Amino acid sequence: MHLAVETWNLTDNSVISAKGLNLTFQTNDGPVHALKDVDLDIEKGDFVSFIGPSGCGKTTFLRCMADLETPTGGSITVNGVSPEEARKSRAYGYVFQAAGLYPWRTIGGNIRLPLEIMGYSKAEQAERVARVLDLVELSGFEKKFPWQLSGGMQQRASIARALAFDADILLMDEPFGALDEIVRDHLNEQLLKLWDRTGKTIAFVTHSIPEAVYLSTKIVVMSPRPGRITDVIESTLPCDRPLDIRDTPEFLEIAHRVRDGLRAGHAYDG
Amino acid sequence: MRQSVLPVLTVVALIFGLWYGAAVALNAPWARDQAQRAGVELSFSELVADTWAQKKPKLPAPHQVAVEIWNTTVEKKITSKRSLVYHSWITLSATLLGFALGTGLGIALAVGIVFNRTMDMSVMPWIIASQTVPILAVAPMIIVVLNAVGVSGLLPKAIISMYLSFFPVVVGMVKGLRSPDAMQLDQIRTWNASTSQGFWKLRLPSSMPYLFASLKIAMAASLVGAIVGELPTGAVAGLGARLLAGSYYGQTIQIWSALIMAAALAAGLVALIGVIQRVALKRMGMA
Repeated sequence: MHLAVETWNLTDNSVISAKGLNLTFQTNDGPVHALKDVDLDIEKGDFVSFIGPSGCGKTTFLRCMADLETPTGGSITVNGVSPEEARKSRAYGYVFQAAGLYPWRTIGGNIRLPLEIMGYSKAEQAERVARVLDLVELSGFEKKFPWQLSGGMQQRASIARALAFDADILLMDEPFGALDEIVRDHLNEQLLKLWDRTGKTIAFVTHSIPEAVYLSTKIVVMSPRPGRITDVIESTLPCDRPLDIRDTPEFLEIAHRVRDGLRAGHAYDG
Repeated sequence: MRQSVLPVLTVVALIFGLWYGAAVALNAPWARDQAQRAGVELSFSELVADTWAQKKPKLPAPHQVAVEIWNTTVEKKITSKRSLVYHSWITLSATLLGFALGTGLGIALAVGIVFNRTMDMSVMPWIIASQTVPILAVAPMIIVVLNAVGVSGLLPKAIISMYLSFFPVVVGMVKGLRSPDAMQLDQIRTWNASTSQGFWKLRLPSSMPYLFASLKIAMAASLVGAIVGELPTGAVAGLGARLLAGSYYGQTIQIWSALIMAAALAAGLVALIGVIQRVALKRMGMA
């Protein structure tokens, strides 16, 4: 087991790079292979979705990128450095499944929170809060408290919070998982626009095949026990994606391939 | 409002009914005894009237206590040594100082326990042990020891108050400072927040509901501490001194009026914290 970060030949655009990544949790029922021999390169400006059933390690993989879990083998780099260094240089914004807004802070105050922690000046905090609120179409809600907003709006605020500081990478762990279908569609559309405007690299964990296909330039299909990558699908969809693209044959074909990948993973399991 | 008035009045009426009944039962033997010595026969109504109007009853009737409280508060100048307001203030000042000290100590210990592994492993058993020692046994020693080093008056009583009141604050604040969930802690980790930022921006605000719950218990405990602190010292002033003097001279009415005063004081203080709690948590969006 060597955790040292090797410097291999990075392609110029590689933002996140995993090589032979392993993570084994020791539990009372014996070791659990959350990740086994995972190799993946995410390039600058990619929108990568991770899809798979529960226990396939997609969230664990995201948490490895964020330095919230420590791999037990292999190597991973974020922006060419270790995840820990990347975290300390605030290289990424992380959006959790729950909005996780502090009830005692206004929406503006919540977005200001990471900026305060990172030591931005008051003037810059105000400027950034206004900018990201506009980006997620929540201008005018700065002085409202979280409980005054719907679940979808709260999640948008939490995305704004992750965008407020200059991180090129956005890690999103089922951010819309707890929202209803209609709100989710709307937010997916907005997220695409936002990605287009900001040019961020996004890693996105989801349970939903249509969501993964609609959003991604690259879909990573994973399967459980041990958690591993079974297929990586490059999307052939155009960059401009109205919601009704989901009825085109091209979309359905990609969705079909994702479904096949998921099924294959299960067959292996059985 | 109306829905709550009726049940409250019912309970109050019930308590008064039981109280008057108990006064009759407990004071009747003395009344009969006196009547027998005087060679008169008491009718039932005379007996009842007597049990509610004795000078040194076993259990004074509510109106006797009420009259005593009226006489020693409204009718007396508050600077008078016989004014219950004066005695209440003596006890209240020790209570408030002890409460402030106890809250400070409690929060400091909780912060230590949450952020220092050594303290986490070692301090809690001692804190629990401290509360198993009867305060009545410790109080005289604290007074005597502090007196020996030249500290007397308000502070020794306040320290006994602190001894009782820091405990609920420690327990509540340890729980409160640990109340942020794993996701919230992960989140501030992704921002590379320092430990002190995590404390001020997440842990401390999260702990407020726990703090207020603890403060209510601590306040009541503080008052008990201040009164207990007055008992073994031969204090000449304070509600504890009134209780002690009352029991020396069999002045049950005085004892009960001091007790009622102490209860009212505790209720008022706890209600005050309740109001602060409501306002603060509402402003924090947590209530």
